[in-house]
Amino acid sequence: MRRTREPGVPVPLLVPAVLAVAFLVLPLAGLVLRAPWGELGPQLAGPAVGQALRLSLVSASAATALSLVLGVPLAWVLARSRARGRSVLRALVTVPLVLPPVVGGVALFLVLGRQGIVGRWLDQALDVTIPFTTTAVVIAETFVAMPFLVISVEGALRAADARFEDAAATLGADRWTTFRRVTLPMVAPGIAAGAVLCWARALGEFGATITFAGNFPGTTQTMPLAVYLALQQDPDAAIVLSLVLLAVSVATLLLLRDRWLSRPGAAA
Amino acid sequence: MSLTADVRVDRGPMTVELDLEVADGEVLAVLGPNGAGKSTLLRVLAGLLPPDSGRVAVGPETWDDVLAGVHVPAHERRLGMVFQDHLLFPHLSVTDNVAFGLRTRGLGKSAARAAARDWLARVGIAELGDRRPGRLSGGQAQRAALARALVGEPALLLLDEPLSALDARTRLTVRAELRRHLGEFPGSTVLVTHDPVDAMALADRVVVVEEGRVVQAGTPSDVSRHPRTDYVARLVGLALLPGTGAGTTVRLDGGGRVAVAEETAGPVFVAVRPESVALWPARPEGSPRNVWPARLVSATPHGSTVRCELDGEVPLVADVTATAFAELGLAPGTPVWASVKASDVAVYAR
Amino acid sequence: MRIRSSVVLVAVAVGALSACGGGDDGVAATTTTATSDDGGLGGTLTVFAAASLTDVFTDLGERLEADHPGLDVRFTFAGSSALAAQVTQGAPADVFASANRSQMAVVTDAGLADGEPQVFAANVLQIAVPAGNPAGVTGLADLAREELALAVCAPQVPCGAAAEDVFAAAGVEAAPDTLEEDVRAALTKVELGEVDAALVYTTDVTAAGDAVEGIDVPEAERAVNDYPIAVLTEAPNPQAGAAFVDLVRSEEGRQALADAGFRTP
Repeated sequence: MRRTREPGVPVPLLVPAVLAVAFLVLPLAGLVLRAPWGELGPQLAGPAVGQALRLSLVSASAATALSLVLGVPLAWVLARSRARGRSVLRALVTVPLVLPPVVGGVALFLVLGRQGIVGRWLDQALDVTIPFTTTAVVIAETFVAMPFLVISVEGALRAADARFEDAAATLGADRWTTFRRVTLPMVAPGIAAGAVLCWARALGEFGATITFAGNFPGTTQTMPLAVYLALQQDPDAAIVLSLVLLAVSVATLLLLRDRWLSRPGAAA
Repeated sequence: MSLTADVRVDRGPMTVELDLEVADGEVLAVLGPNGAGKSTLLRVLAGLLPPDSGRVAVGPETWDDVLAGVHVPAHERRLGMVFQDHLLFPHLSVTDNVAFGLRTRGLGKSAARAAARDWLARVGIAELGDRRPGRLSGGQAQRAALARALVGEPALLLLDEPLSALDARTRLTVRAELRRHLGEFPGSTVLVTHDPVDAMALADRVVVVEEGRVVQAGTPSDVSRHPRTDYVARLVGLALLPGTGAGTTVRLDGGGRVAVAEETAGPVFVAVRPESVALWPARPEGSPRNVWPARLVSATPHGSTVRCELDGEVPLVADVTATAFAELGLAPGTPVWASVKASDVAVYAR
Repeated sequence: MRIRSSVVLVAVAVGALSACGGGDDGVAATTTTATSDDGGLGGTLTVFAAASLTDVFTDLGERLEADHPGLDVRFTFAGSSALAAQVTQGAPADVFASANRSQMAVVTDAGLADGEPQVFAANVLQIAVPAGNPAGVTGLADLAREELALAVCAPQVPCGAAAEDVFAAAGVEAAPDTLEEDVRAALTKVELGEVDAALVYTTDVTAAGDAVEGIDVPEAERAVNDYPIAVLTEAPNPQAGAAFVDLVRSEEGRQALADAGFRTP
């Protein structure tokens, strides 16, 4: 098959697109230009940076995993179930997208805190306290990031042709088998894209985390918290930490893009 | 394993109410315009849509019985279904697509694959098993879809417009193959189509559905010779004659020869549309290559034309205007001459 | 008439533009100051103040506005270090009130303070516990208890630096569960009952009302936090700035600060 030549980009699209790139990239360029490269070594050598970075990566990945386990089924329900009240459910699910994360953190306290509706019971019956633990970091990040996954996956499910599920049913597959063997593989690119969004959002999470999980190096101080606190005292250190976070996330996204997000190539 | 279905489904303003029986080995074509309720019927038979009332039974098994509260879900019905645009799972190889139904019903992986490969050979695409469906042509994909539907030895085969997504040339060959496979299939088949040629070529019996109801039922030739409604007349007024092609001539199985425009060879169908047939009181002058003496058997007016059923060496159906019918002084038993241009004759491999 | 109305139009337009820009309040302030006819204070006064001053300064600002009807007082309350950073980045503030000397030093070192900053208040740390003191905290030594849920400010912010000094002076190995980004965040966690204790300022305990009880810490005398205030050299409205500083340091201002739990010089 011959490829047709790429047509040029129309000017009314090109100009705003270039502005958008400038708008998004220039602040990053600012960080890079302003970075105290000489201090980079000593700043990074401190144990706090590695600790915060490791915690960030672990907790964002855990939050993504939790979002996948809970969010994909939720997306299925939103996309496929015919139950009434689905639109209300969808609106509720997207609330964390618009809620200021700090408020989200307080809301988590009201449920899972020591005095919270569920947390009180956990504390008294099981002697489990969630706030100020790494678990709390994962929960706060999941709360804020899962809607991104749910929305992406629901969109992918809606775009997928439901008649494939009919075809699977005529081939003897019950709904669960159909979900596992047909639906899930078919929307895999959408799930991967949603997971990446979710992970990126979790990695940058600040407000809900610092409120619900607090800030303690090694347990709950993720990179964004470290950046914020560094900014209080030493802006250069904050820039260095930001660059580390930036480099790690860009590297991870590029890697994932190559491995997961590219469309599966046709078999030879 | 014959199918009996007597179901009613309320679809908004329209009610689909159909009563069907299909014997073992029989192919029933459900013919009708878009929106007539054909697909609804198939979804009910497949178990994808519960009927509002009625029963569906295949052999001794009751699949739906609204009064008794029985509804066997699709995945528990022993059926195979072929969809218009094949719906092969894009993430599985062709072999795994065909093996899918066997796997869900508990067969081991290698046994399922072996059976799948066997069926791919039977539909003539053995060498394509490792491909993804995206890399098959339309005809190949529809063959794979047929293999996927038949591999599980279903009691009921449902075909939903199986040829309409194919281009004209591919359609001819796939139709001929489908006819062969349907001939070997021991269960009941329901074929939904809006193309009368599919119905004529593939079905033992035809039911014509309009607005959710059967308007006519019978063998394909019955229906085309005695259309009960205008729609049926326009739709199925087609004489379909089996014969053997050699060059630009087809020798009909029932005797007689038909000149055609394109070269053919082997077993074929000759199809003549009734509006292509001209009637003459005497042998026409000039040199039309297809001229046959005939005798009028029956005449059925519909709209401004009259459908004339002709008997003779070549049995044909002709549509003539009411005026011409009167001028020819036609009455049952009247001898006439019928002519058809070679270029108006369609030929299908069978 | 024609000329004058177009001047007004321009002034309005400039004001609107600068409001949109969100930065340069000075233009609008100057314009309105010029139209003020009684020679009193007018325009906009922008005060950057430490978060712990929120209630007192809001109250004092309203009094100043009552005395000068043409004056519009605006506050930005945040952590002192964040404010100091904003001032050095060119934020158009008239007055900066810091919760400690070190963040004021950031501004004076940049040459942005007009004259020597004046200490107008002081604050000491207190242990805040939820009403009823469920964990039975009696003094600083209790804060070393592992099972106690304890919030302390992060060492990067002033209340955290002060807390470190107090713990060091008392020889207490505190076991905090979280290092809060500012004192209000620490207090919120006490109010919610999510921590058993937090080390915060006396003023914060006062402001929190009945939900929180304060426990005095004698060792806190080692780390009294002084609050300096200064008019800024780049102030768009220096007259109003000076008037606000005078009000804060007046008898009236000292009384308001004392009511809020501050010590006054």
